[in-house]
Amino acid sequence: MLTDSNYLEIWNLTKSFPTPKGPATVVKGFQLNVARGEFVSLIGHSGCGKSTVLSMIAGLSEPTSGGIILAGREIDGAGPDRGVVFQAPCLLPWMTAFDNVLLGVQQVKPDASRAEQGDIVKHYLELVGLADAIHKRPAELSGGMRQRVGIARAFALSPKMLLLDEPFGMLDALTRLELQEVLLEVWSQHQMTAVMVTHDVDEAVLLSDRVVMMTNGPEAQVGEIVKVPFARPRDRIHLMETTAYEDVRDELLSFLEERAHIKPSIPTTDEDARPAPAAGSTVSC
Amino acid sequence: MKRFPFDWLALPLVGLIAVGLLWVISCSTWAPNLPSPVKTWEMSRPYIVEPFAKRGELDQGVLRFTWYSLILVSKGYFIAILIGTPLGFLLGSSKTLTMMFDPIIQFLKPVSPLAWLPLGLVLFGKSEPAALFTIALCSMWPTVVNTAVGVRAVPQDYLNVARVLKLSKFKTLTKVLFPATLPYMFTGFRLSLGIAWLVIVACEMLIGTPGVGGFLWQEYNSLIYEHIILCILTIGCVGFILDRLMGIVERRFAAA
Repeated sequence: MLTDSNYLEIWNLTKSFPTPKGPATVVKGFQLNVARGEFVSLIGHSGCGKSTVLSMIAGLSEPTSGGIILAGREIDGAGPDRGVVFQAPCLLPWMTAFDNVLLGVQQVKPDASRAEQGDIVKHYLELVGLADAIHKRPAELSGGMRQRVGIARAFALSPKMLLLDEPFGMLDALTRLELQEVLLEVWSQHQMTAVMVTHDVDEAVLLSDRVVMMTNGPEAQVGEIVKVPFARPRDRIHLMETTAYEDVRDELLSFLEERAHIKPSIPTTDEDARPAPAAGSTVSC
Repeated sequence: MKRFPFDWLALPLVGLIAVGLLWVISCSTWAPNLPSPVKTWEMSRPYIVEPFAKRGELDQGVLRFTWYSLILVSKGYFIAILIGTPLGFLLGSSKTLTMMFDPIIQFLKPVSPLAWLPLGLVLFGKSEPAALFTIALCSMWPTVVNTAVGVRAVPQDYLNVARVLKLSKFKTLTKVLFPATLPYMFTGFRLSLGIAWLVIVACEMLIGTPGVGGFLWQEYNSLIYEHIILCILTIGCVGFILDRLMGIVERRFAAA
């Protein structure tokens, strides 16, 4: 039954890749429920399989076993009901920012008039602060501006949920802070269910309602979940001065430093634990 | 290399003079039948000074002949592009098709135009369709191969965007695959045009239609060797200009 607490239901998710030495299980028995309107971050060491989980939610890769149910329906392939913000902005370089966003809007609102579609595109590009760059091509935009277009494209779909794969991982530190603010701002206006992959602890704490820490791969799964109790709207400077912020941050860091490599005591049925390469497939857009 | 002012002009000129000297020396020593540069110029003058003159079916100004040749080439070339581009897309997007047809393509590619032309005459009976058949068949391969390579090289990033947005097959083709492949396609188009121009001369020689190649062959038969050189220089010039023009177009698309 669909309730608000299991809007997104990830059930016993497992992903293996075939290798010459037999299947390598990157993610095994990953379980998670995400409530409607909740912002959840997946955090873990690189290669632990967090991006693999995200790409399965996006429908870009098939789970080996287990399932993902979004709003009462099992996910079957990729689709515009999930807005994806990729690590690289993945804009089509021969189109302007406007046309890149429009391409998605046309898919979700095929019956709207050209003018209505255009208004939606403009609205979201203005929302991410690109009012002056609407008709520029990606080559004329900075990395941060390109990722703003990527964010606008995801939100403009009015999707059931938002998937962010290390969305600011390729940006410099200052631009990253700036774009976190943009994301926080746009997200708070829509309260959209969101799952974000990151390895930046501060980013996770600032944006999320819950932070899901994943154990190290292979056979990565949910290690611990930390609630981030701060009221919204959040203000970075104000937040960082509180001791509660320090506590949450310390908890995350100590997990990543000490406990991530210890398997939680969930019994596994697989006896032959092969040494598998820690290579997880990333959502390259 | 040491650079000096105007080396871009001076060095090619030195090369030109060297080849010119070789020409002069050759025609006065071991190649008595080779017309000298001065003689070539004298005999070619009426064809160059009045480039559009039409004195008879096979006695016309050099640009007029070039024009005929260009028209024939462009017809064959467009057939090549019209068939080659979709073929390249098919081969690029299907591994099965590639494995099926790649050996045949590799095997047909080096076949000389002189070999295709008789087959064209057998198939079509008339000389013009046979010439077009030959031009198209010979010049198609760079377009096919480059388009296929381009389709295979489309970044997974772009394809994932198409998947996430659930673009239809047609939209994926027009909005993603086609624009992403354009730079490769134009490299193919440029190489194809070069071959088409190469083939035209062989075609005209055999078929005898008016054009630079036909003129060349006819003047050989009439023992006016100066005009052979005139034709060679014209063919070279036109080929060079065509390649440069396509190069400009190609760069425009590569930058976009």
